[in-house]
Amino acid sequence: MPETPLVIGIGNRYRRDDGVGPWVADRLGSRGLRVVEASGEGAGLIDLWREADAAFVVDAMRSAGTPGTVRRFDARHGGIPERLFAYSSHLFGLAEAISLARELDRLPRCLVVYGIEGADFAAGEGLSPAVRAAAEQVAKRVADEIAM
Amino acid sequence: MNRPTNGGKAAARTIKVDALARVEGEGALYVRIKDGAVKDIKFRIFEPPRFFEALLRGRMFSDAPDITARICGICPVAYILGASHAMEEALGIECSAPIRDLRRLLYCGEWIQSHVLHAAMLHAPDFLGLDDALQLAKTNREVVEKALALKKLGNDILEVIGGRAVHPVNTRVGGFFRAPSKGDIRALGDRLRWGADAAQDLALLFGGFDFPDYEYDYTCVSLRHPDVYAIEAGRLVSNRGLDIPLAEFFDHFGETHVAHSNALHGVMRNETGPYLVGPIARYNNNQHQLSERARQVAKDAGLNPVCRNPYRSIVVRMVETLYACEEGVRLAEAYEPPAPPAAETVPGPGVGYGCTEAPRGICFHHYSLDDDGRIVTAQIVPPTSQNQPQIERDLLGVVETNLDLADEDLKWRCEQTIRNYDPCISCATHFLDLRVDRD
Repeated sequence: MPETPLVIGIGNRYRRDDGVGPWVADRLGSRGLRVVEASGEGAGLIDLWREADAAFVVDAMRSAGTPGTVRRFDARHGGIPERLFAYSSHLFGLAEAISLARELDRLPRCLVVYGIEGADFAAGEGLSPAVRAAAEQVAKRVADEIAM
Repeated sequence: MNRPTNGGKAAARTIKVDALARVEGEGALYVRIKDGAVKDIKFRIFEPPRFFEALLRGRMFSDAPDITARICGICPVAYILGASHAMEEALGIECSAPIRDLRRLLYCGEWIQSHVLHAAMLHAPDFLGLDDALQLAKTNREVVEKALALKKLGNDILEVIGGRAVHPVNTRVGGFFRAPSKGDIRALGDRLRWGADAAQDLALLFGGFDFPDYEYDYTCVSLRHPDVYAIEAGRLVSNRGLDIPLAEFFDHFGETHVAHSNALHGVMRNETGPYLVGPIARYNNNQHQLSERARQVAKDAGLNPVCRNPYRSIVVRMVETLYACEEGVRLAEAYEPPAPPAAETVPGPGVGYGCTEAPRGICFHHYSLDDDGRIVTAQIVPPTSQNQPQIERDLLGVVETNLDLADEDLKWRCEQTIRNYDPCISCATHFLDLRVDRD
């Protein structure tokens, strides 16, 4: 029996829209999917997905685009734009983790990244409306992909 | 950026680093040089202050560890334990020895994962002339694989004890929600033994790096515990004779706001210069309490009894990683599940202080509670804001002694210098971009 895909929700619940990854993970976890919450620190991400056959990563993006915009990246077939997923000026965010994992043969067979453009990253809880709507859409798309 | 063809002292120049990589958060450094002398140096921090302290007011005492842990994804245990200790003091709660030991083991996990990430993946490339860990993986794959395995060991300790590696959920004021099984903790012992060997290898390897020639006579501030190398508890001491209980922190230390930074700058009252917290401060103050093996490795890796070269912090981090692995073995082998897993907590009024040695240095907490146990005041002084004036002072010294370097090389050296501190800008509010003006 193939291993259940892993959903990794990246973000900080106390930084408003940055919490969109954990929000999607919560939603999918309540439907019985295998989910985990992560801060976005790269070495930890490599550890999480290297043991999975397939992993879906959901993270907030910050690119001055329209809040709620959703982008999907197939990380097995190329890197992802670093500027969209700046974890910090720390070397080790999601984009770098994907590059390093590729170099070290630690990518899962399938690694899909969903980015959701955030609007508000101030201290506090709760998602802004456009991001909340996008989060519901992404939760559905991930669930559909896993069901396929 | 101006790029003079020669980097001579006569040149008037401006150097800036607008996006300093490999430090936590967002910040900037500005240096102005005129007539061969440094006229201005500012280490700025961009990110607007986080209002965690305001977020805490009015909440129950029991919320503080989890909320403050969100300040930092790299060192949540520092916040969890600093806040827990403060609340326990405020409410007169005494934790049992097994609970205290399990907390120390948890903290060893945090030191291991944080130190190895910084030393091997973020700082080592500076000494090897490489841009980042990806290049390091191409040229020194074994170092990166060893570092990632050590990092995972640290994370797994956090997960076994804390429930998960990021933002542990099994910790609470008074102890733990659930005691990990004896089997799970004992199983960490062999892995920690491997970890000690791996950390020793990296310490000796890093000890062979070519260290820039710069020294400073630091005022070193750290915790000191009567029995062990201080990690999660102790009195506040310095190499200049300070020796105080936590409750006197604000009699000796303060924070001041400076215009060029959003983070508060730590200042020591009655001292003219800045002060240093973190690995070198701990090593200088407490090395006699390291294990014999860790002391020997420190010596073999070229560390003097008093370390004044900040670049050697990379070696101290690996010596501390070795020690944390050895402590981990000791604690894991002696582990008996604490019963009960937590001391009883009864809400009420009180005032409490907590301070632990986060990987980057002392992280201080102070809270007062009303009659219902709700938070009235909260003050957190993270390590990076305390180190900020010292970082500026080091940068001044490094730039002054390296004026003959070309701008690109000087910029590299400045970034390397800042990374000596493993500055966690998300903790201090917090971080970086470098600019040097030469006019």
